[in-house]
Amino acid sequence: MSFAWAKQYEPKTAFTKWMDEKLPLPRLIYGAVGAGYPVPRNLNYMWNFGILAGFFLVLQIVTGVVLAMHYASNTEVAFGQVEHIMRNVNYGWMMRYAHANGASFFFIVIYLHIFRGFYYSSYKAPREMIWLLGVVIFLLMMATAFMGYVLPWGQMSFWGAKVITGLFGAIPLIGEPLQTWLVGGFAPGNSALNRFFSLHFLLPFVIAGVVILHIWALHIPGSSNPSGVEVKKESDTIPFHPYYTAKDGFGLGVILILFTFMLFFLPNMLGHPDNYVEANPLSTPALIVPEWYFYPFYAILRAFTGDLTVPFTSIILIPAKLLGVIGMFGSILVWFFLPWLDKSPVRSGHYRPMFKKFFWFGLIPTMAALFYLGGAKPEEPYIVLSQIATAYYFMHFLVILPIVSQIEIPKPLPFSITEAVLGKDADKPAKAATAPSGTPAGASPAGSPEPAE
Amino acid sequence: MTIRLGGIIVGLGLTAILVLWSLVPGLLNFALPEKPDYYAFQEENIAPEEGFSFEGAAGTWDYAQLQRGYQVYKEVCSSCHSLKFVAFRNLQELSYSEAEVRAEAASWSVPGIDPKDGSIVDRPGLPTDHFPSPYANDVEARAFNNNAVPPDLSLMAKARADGSRYIYSLMMGYVEPDPADQALSPEFETPAGLYFNEHFYNINIAMPPQLVPDIVTYSDGTDATTAQMSADIAAFLTWTAEPSLVQRKQTGWWVIAFLIFATGLAFLSYKQIWAGLKPKK
Repeated sequence: MSFAWAKQYEPKTAFTKWMDEKLPLPRLIYGAVGAGYPVPRNLNYMWNFGILAGFFLVLQIVTGVVLAMHYASNTEVAFGQVEHIMRNVNYGWMMRYAHANGASFFFIVIYLHIFRGFYYSSYKAPREMIWLLGVVIFLLMMATAFMGYVLPWGQMSFWGAKVITGLFGAIPLIGEPLQTWLVGGFAPGNSALNRFFSLHFLLPFVIAGVVILHIWALHIPGSSNPSGVEVKKESDTIPFHPYYTAKDGFGLGVILILFTFMLFFLPNMLGHPDNYVEANPLSTPALIVPEWYFYPFYAILRAFTGDLTVPFTSIILIPAKLLGVIGMFGSILVWFFLPWLDKSPVRSGHYRPMFKKFFWFGLIPTMAALFYLGGAKPEEPYIVLSQIATAYYFMHFLVILPIVSQIEIPKPLPFSITEAVLGKDADKPAKAATAPSGTPAGASPAGSPEPAE
Repeated sequence: MTIRLGGIIVGLGLTAILVLWSLVPGLLNFALPEKPDYYAFQEENIAPEEGFSFEGAAGTWDYAQLQRGYQVYKEVCSSCHSLKFVAFRNLQELSYSEAEVRAEAASWSVPGIDPKDGSIVDRPGLPTDHFPSPYANDVEARAFNNNAVPPDLSLMAKARADGSRYIYSLMMGYVEPDPADQALSPEFETPAGLYFNEHFYNINIAMPPQLVPDIVTYSDGTDATTAQMSADIAAFLTWTAEPSLVQRKQTGWWVIAFLIFATGLAFLSYKQIWAGLKPKK
């Protein structure tokens, strides 16, 4: 950890001294999530979700490994094996419902974690690498969750797999052979189920690896905080343990109450009834939808209904399907560019009046709408609404954010985190009130920022 | 800066494509006159007057009802519908004794192998056997049922939205078409071989009405009305779909009670640990 005042690990017993010489694992833990990690003292509850996401990753791996002991990835028996888990394996129903709802809660906490990042600009220098790794984790999670949903081999598993793998077919020239190669056939079948199971088992461990990088990268600059002002001195921070272990412990309890409520009383509410019907390639469900956590991106995929043609001719430049695929992947890839699209030197949304309006009245309603529209029937008025929401989504990140960060006049920042918490700071110089004292060291460009246009 | 400029160009371009080639044609389409209404099915499920005993957070099984439901399945449904994920041994969960289950299993005939010559024969069921399918395969099922395969019922209560009530509604849905609704679609007519059912998603279902009053004689003396049998079979199929339902809810109470207690403690320790950080002086 980079702060000079970070406490150092001191082994006390003979065993810990011996351990510290051979393998300083306790030292690593102490510096990562123990008393040796100084953290801003003003973190609010939105900073709980990183730890909670880690908890759900572990929960998914543990329940998933147990489920894998009883599952068989063969289209002839997969559906029946899942029912075997539900009926004959001791507490198998609890394992499976915990895994299914655990996936949903993993996404709930991840979305809150990401939107915390949007509001407080956690992606800005010096934390770009943390953000980039986070987007990688999110993409890996999406792939893992998608493949996991295929494993029960219900109707929605099969048809969802068919739609999503079909997206590769939209790629010009190589699309169709690529799709056949990836799926191992012309439609999802035994080959697809087998490789999805293999990858579904592998990817969580890849995620765990990237999570380690994510946390490593976090410990270089240290945690961000709601004021957006960087840590200046020791009075700005408190040790992670016991302060944030206690706060995270409480947050974990709250999310576990919500999670177990879903698990024990509404275990199928977030799922789709069609997935309790065994996969049948000859019978298409009335409405094919992914799991709820993919709805926003599914809505964006379906929003592109028209082929891009040369005006007033029928020459197709880009077919609608490919546009949808570009839109869907682009909607997440755009997050990779956020640290450079938003050049405001101020991080926290609290001190950015214009940004704040677009966040609460633009981005949040748009995301809420996309969440709803992705699960709606593909008919009017839902299509038109999803097109409007999709348009705003891209405008927000690619056009509004760069321009707003250029023209906005931020409110004065507190001198330090200490001042933000206590209302006063003895170290504050008398006349520094209006200076943008919270300007992050790495974010201030060398020259004066040029206009956007 | 280049990235921002590039972002603005890409953003405007993508939005323009979306608006001009998708949204505008869509809006024009939207403005076209709507298609005439067709005969709509009753999407809203109905329920027995007092609901089901297993509904709600404290719901529990009504074992007499489950046993009646089993009787309806055995005497009516099982002639066309399989129940492949349920074994006879599971019937013990309906508070039948082990001996009763053994006898019940033996009253069913299941496909087996003759130990002498290996030929396929029918033999009496054992508790470990699953409920047998009434048809050898889907082709036979189609041949007997006007080209429709009667679906397996094990999971039906979870394979439909609001499944328990849906099954009840479907069983109660064999009514005469409402003349007022029919007037909306004069061309409406139930095709031959299909049956009008207002709770089936396309109104015409291949299954004939089954639960006519007194088609079963309940061993506990309950009056076998259509509504009674519909509720009983819906309850029984809820059990076949989710045998762990009651255990799940009961476990849930304990788990949540413990978590509320533990979270309370976590909150208090959080407050205590942080108390020292309050502004001093």
